[in-house]
Amino acid sequence: MKFLKDKQTRHDFVTYAMCLVAFAIVFFMQSNHMIPRMIAGQLVPITAYIVMAISLNLVVGIAGDLSLGHAGFMSVGAYTGIVTAVALESAVPSDPMRLIISIVVGAIAAAILGFLIGIPVLRLSGDYLAIVTLAFGEIIKEIVTCLIVGVDSRGLHVIFNITGNSTINDLHLLEDGTAIIKGAQGASGVSTYSTFLAGAILVMVALVIVLNLVRSRTGRAIIAVRDNKIAAESVGISVTQYRMIAFVVSAALAGAAGALFGGNFSQLSATKFDFNTSILILVFVVLGGLGNMRGSVIAAALLTVLPELLRQFSDYRMLIYAIVLILVMVFTNNPQLKAFFARIKDRFASKKEVAADAQ
Amino acid sequence: MTVFIQYLVNGLSMGSVYAIIALGYTMVYGIAKMLNFAHGDVIMVGAYVSFCATSYLGLPGWASVVLSCVACTVLGVLIEGLAYKPLRQAGPLAVLITAIGVSYFLQNAAQLLWGATPKNFTSLVTFQVPEFLAKFNVSAVSLVTIVACLVIMAGLMFFTGKTKMGKAMRAVSEDKAAAQLMGINVNRTISMTFAIGSALAAIAGVLLCSYSPVLQPTTGAMPGIKAFDAAVFGGIGSIPGAFVGGILIGIIEAMAQAYISTSLANSIVFGVLIIVLLVKPAGLLGKYVPEKV
Repeated sequence: MKFLKDKQTRHDFVTYAMCLVAFAIVFFMQSNHMIPRMIAGQLVPITAYIVMAISLNLVVGIAGDLSLGHAGFMSVGAYTGIVTAVALESAVPSDPMRLIISIVVGAIAAAILGFLIGIPVLRLSGDYLAIVTLAFGEIIKEIVTCLIVGVDSRGLHVIFNITGNSTINDLHLLEDGTAIIKGAQGASGVSTYSTFLAGAILVMVALVIVLNLVRSRTGRAIIAVRDNKIAAESVGISVTQYRMIAFVVSAALAGAAGALFGGNFSQLSATKFDFNTSILILVFVVLGGLGNMRGSVIAAALLTVLPELLRQFSDYRMLIYAIVLILVMVFTNNPQLKAFFARIKDRFASKKEVAADAQ
Repeated sequence: MTVFIQYLVNGLSMGSVYAIIALGYTMVYGIAKMLNFAHGDVIMVGAYVSFCATSYLGLPGWASVVLSCVACTVLGVLIEGLAYKPLRQAGPLAVLITAIGVSYFLQNAAQLLWGATPKNFTSLVTFQVPEFLAKFNVSAVSLVTIVACLVIMAGLMFFTGKTKMGKAMRAVSEDKAAAQLMGINVNRTISMTFAIGSALAAIAGVLLCSYSPVLQPTTGAMPGIKAFDAAVFGGIGSIPGAFVGGILIGIIEAMAQAYISTSLANSIVFGVLIIVLLVKPAGLLGKYVPEKV
């Protein structure tokens, strides 16, 4: 185990091990029916959110670009994933196989879109980049809301519903056809095919991809660009190229997470992937720690479960969630409070020392 | 032609609402360098206060506006003092997430207080429109909104340009440390900015709901985002920029809805914003500061 001597590698392997243990525990509980019903339904979304948090952390934490439209990539992944899965229903009868194909297709579609959006977006930085990604997120949402897609034995039919007057009947599907996306209603009547196992595997794949990218030469270049663009450029690092790599990889992972997420619901409308979802994922990333993938995983899992656990407070739960969010931010970022906690910690530490000395 | 003018007036009045909201965003950004995501929800609170004052307390319209201005000012200063002030030295992301937390808090508190079912806001503007304007279907609300926006804009220009507090604000937005050395109370100036921004949000809320009368806890969210766009569009931190940006966003939105597509109107607004930012990275009237080594 010589490679574990390196501190970063050790840190990464602890992250992998932690995830594997957590997944093993959940599997054990699942097979023994020990998971409360309200959380059982959240298992696949939790894994999808974890992947989203990892992917957003790559852009926000590692590359330093604040993106507020990440849910857009998720929605592209989800819808291409659903369309792929339904279109291949007869060709590929096995559910897991179709899930894999739809995740790959969703990831590729989101990556292509990420590249196209990245060209204009990465010319900006800071708050301006944030508002433009927000704008793209909203645009993607509205465009998806306008889509009507159906499939029959002649192939795929798509209508772009600009006027708002078209319906599924305008697709003129044959008898054997099915409507997949119905405009503002979104995708409905789709059989679900995502499983927790697939989600767990996707989380591990995303972790391996991102952690290896971060520790590679490319990753160091991306971090250099984040820390100081001008300095990075002056040593010959192409700023745009490396930001683009981070952006596209992140978009692809978000697309994969979206495909997984989409396969978990029989009814999914585009408004599910609005600004609030982008913000939710950003909250995971910031609370978990910028650039800290392990933190993202933990924060995404905890904060998805938290509202469910707060369900006994029914109406107050989102209020409590908001207060917790504000308090955590204030307590972890206020210099006076930080110093206060450090003093308490010191006092405990010194007491222990005194106790140790006395013995 | 009549129809075109009608759309134009609609755009102008919606744009005026955006401009008033955007002024709040831009002042706070200029001075505290933070994106105050909770601003849109202060609008909603302002509208609710006015709604309660007129329907439950039976106050006249103008009194309800004054009351909601006072309530929002207090709310704005409270939010700043409790949530943002402890984070003065923290990074921009921490403040952003806190602002989002405040936004969640306001929305959910409003839902608990007033319920999720939309309230029907009765317009506070009831006078008769002059004959020559009525021909073009110009509503009284549109007229009041546009006039209010112009008055507020002129007032703010005077305030920041001529008064002592306004000058202090400009000084703080330019350089906090230097302003402090000149004897300016930075914390008080920032609180003052939040107070003004929130009072403006209250007026915007009443006007917005007089215009489209559905009032619910999420009422402020989308206009908030669009006004934020307007602020960036005009150049964030610049007061005339927020005004120009707001009006332009309003007109573009109205025209897109009328002539292109209702369901894609927001996309067109955002698309124009993206194009403008690519051509002028600091917005229409913003100062572009090149990075120096």
